[in-house]
Amino acid sequence: MISEAFRARRAEGQAALVPYVTAGYPGRDATVPVLEALAAAGADVIELGIPFSDPLADGPTIQKSSFDSLSNGTTVASVLRDVAVFRAAHATPVVLFTYLNPLLRYGLSAFIEDAVQAGANGLLVTDLPTGADLALESQVVGSPLDLIRLIAPTTEQARLTQVAQGGSGFIYYISRTGVTGAQSELRSSLAEEVRAVKTAVSLPVAVGFGVSTPAQAGTVARLADGVVVGSALVRILGDAGISAAADFLASLRAGMDQAPE
Amino acid sequence: MPETLIRALDELGVAYERATLDPEFQSELQGLLTHFVGRATPLYHAKRLGDEAGHPSVYLKREDLNHTGAHKINNTIAQALLARRMGKRRIIAETGAGQHGVATATACALFDLECIVYMGEEDVDRQALNVYRMELLGAEVRPVSSGTRTLKDATNEAIRDWVTNVDSTHYIIGSVVGPDPFPRMVRDFQSVIGREAREQILQVEGRLPGTVVACVGGGSNAMGMFHAFVPDEGVALVGVEAAGSGIDTGEHSASLSAGRPGVLHGSLSYLLQDDDGQVSPAHSISAGLDYPGVGPEHSYLKDAGRARYTAVTDDEALAAFHKLSLLEGIIPALESSHAIAHVLSEGAGYRDSGPVLVCLSGRGDKDVAYVARVEGRGSIL
Repeated sequence: MISEAFRARRAEGQAALVPYVTAGYPGRDATVPVLEALAAAGADVIELGIPFSDPLADGPTIQKSSFDSLSNGTTVASVLRDVAVFRAAHATPVVLFTYLNPLLRYGLSAFIEDAVQAGANGLLVTDLPTGADLALESQVVGSPLDLIRLIAPTTEQARLTQVAQGGSGFIYYISRTGVTGAQSELRSSLAEEVRAVKTAVSLPVAVGFGVSTPAQAGTVARLADGVVVGSALVRILGDAGISAAADFLASLRAGMDQAPE
Repeated sequence: MPETLIRALDELGVAYERATLDPEFQSELQGLLTHFVGRATPLYHAKRLGDEAGHPSVYLKREDLNHTGAHKINNTIAQALLARRMGKRRIIAETGAGQHGVATATACALFDLECIVYMGEEDVDRQALNVYRMELLGAEVRPVSSGTRTLKDATNEAIRDWVTNVDSTHYIIGSVVGPDPFPRMVRDFQSVIGREAREQILQVEGRLPGTVVACVGGGSNAMGMFHAFVPDEGVALVGVEAAGSGIDTGEHSASLSAGRPGVLHGSLSYLLQDDDGQVSPAHSISAGLDYPGVGPEHSYLKDAGRARYTAVTDDEALAAFHKLSLLEGIIPALESSHAIAHVLSEGAGYRDSGPVLVCLSGRGDKDVAYVARVEGRGSIL
């Protein structure tokens, strides 16, 4: 489902657009309307964050959205209910993006079962790097959910293949060392790095961390199979609401589809 | 842990292993522990404390007499040496009570390393004296305003910094927590406490202690003290957590006594959390114990039945803070006061099994102003 979405774009000579939003933000009942607006604005795959009290891989914007969401009463179960509601009317694949502890408390096998039931398509666990817990990883690998793997600029060449092996759906390339957050400029070495990753893995490669303008999205779209946008989108969602966020996403799509100057 | 840190953690594991096998590293560390830190620390027979507790042989391992006033420097000097070997010139650290921050700032001054310390805003307020000490030592203290604004969030922020600056930076974790190799590396660097104490008590008493007591937040002084005694099956190991306002109130830091297994900061261990896997805020009068997790090896010792963990409240710790000051002329850190409180209430019961050895992990100078405020004496600084 997820790699099909990438393949469909590639067949058109385009890259996939992968927005991230935190569930239950800006309001408890916002999740379904936000997912619907993103799907309508051109999202090919949506990353939906299940908030955690200690989001240590996230910058200030997604931290704040996580804390607000938790105060809004968001739980793992409520996020899965929202996914089910969205899935009843929409086909856009959904990747659940979270940290390990809420899944452990819920019970990983129960979580996988309920997530599949709700219509989720993939799982990305920020603080479960490849090889950290083989038993947990194989539970996800053996399930219908795609296990989305992260590769960082610091991931060594020898590790790339290992990371890619257990992964499915797509590979998420973190475009810089650091936490999530919008950046004014992309690293100059990005093109070279993405090429190296694409040589090592056969899955589609999406690039995230720091993409915040249509021009940046355009640059990344020409390097990679997908563009992830998180903090910039979440900030607009919080500051200006759902329709502004959808407009922003559509502007990224336009930036990606524009021929290079 | 995020993927970005995997290489750094692997490199650290290798560097640490090489250092342990390198006689030059060992002798430099030994020299600094002797001449800079002031080791070995004394083992002191606290007779008046023993009288009060109903036990004739209570011994205090005087980690409070280390340079900078706590056991924390055993670890920071060693890790700073390691960072220098690895060519990392920028050091970051988290701190709760500020003792680890001060010990890190001290090591960085000694080795001319850049030092940035993350500290929860609430702790910056509680431990103003230590903030100024860190600044005097050339460190930059960055207050952390996210989440609970205490040690847990300072640790999150330090990890975020490390993810961002991983190539230039070494993260000196202050306790036996975090991802591998930190828990075993910090334990090893702190295990000098128990090695010395074991030798010292054998010399004085001609026998091993019946009971070894230490306070547990993240658990570095306890792990350092316990490690040498783990193979001595007849020696009971007792870790004392912070029960805060009382375990029943939900306002405490007793992860081992009242938590459930979970993952925080890169290790699986007992953790204070709610039914949805969100980490619960910890509470303790002592900033150094105010942490919802605990070192994974403590969880192992608990599950293996090798160590027992109990908890004392803020009020009991405060009472012990006063008692030790009056009885022995030693003002203990609020953290260590928890261990003292346990000896005061349970000491008599340990009489038949032999001497009691207590880790006095730090001195209370840093807490004096705070205790005065808590007890209604107003601001004295």
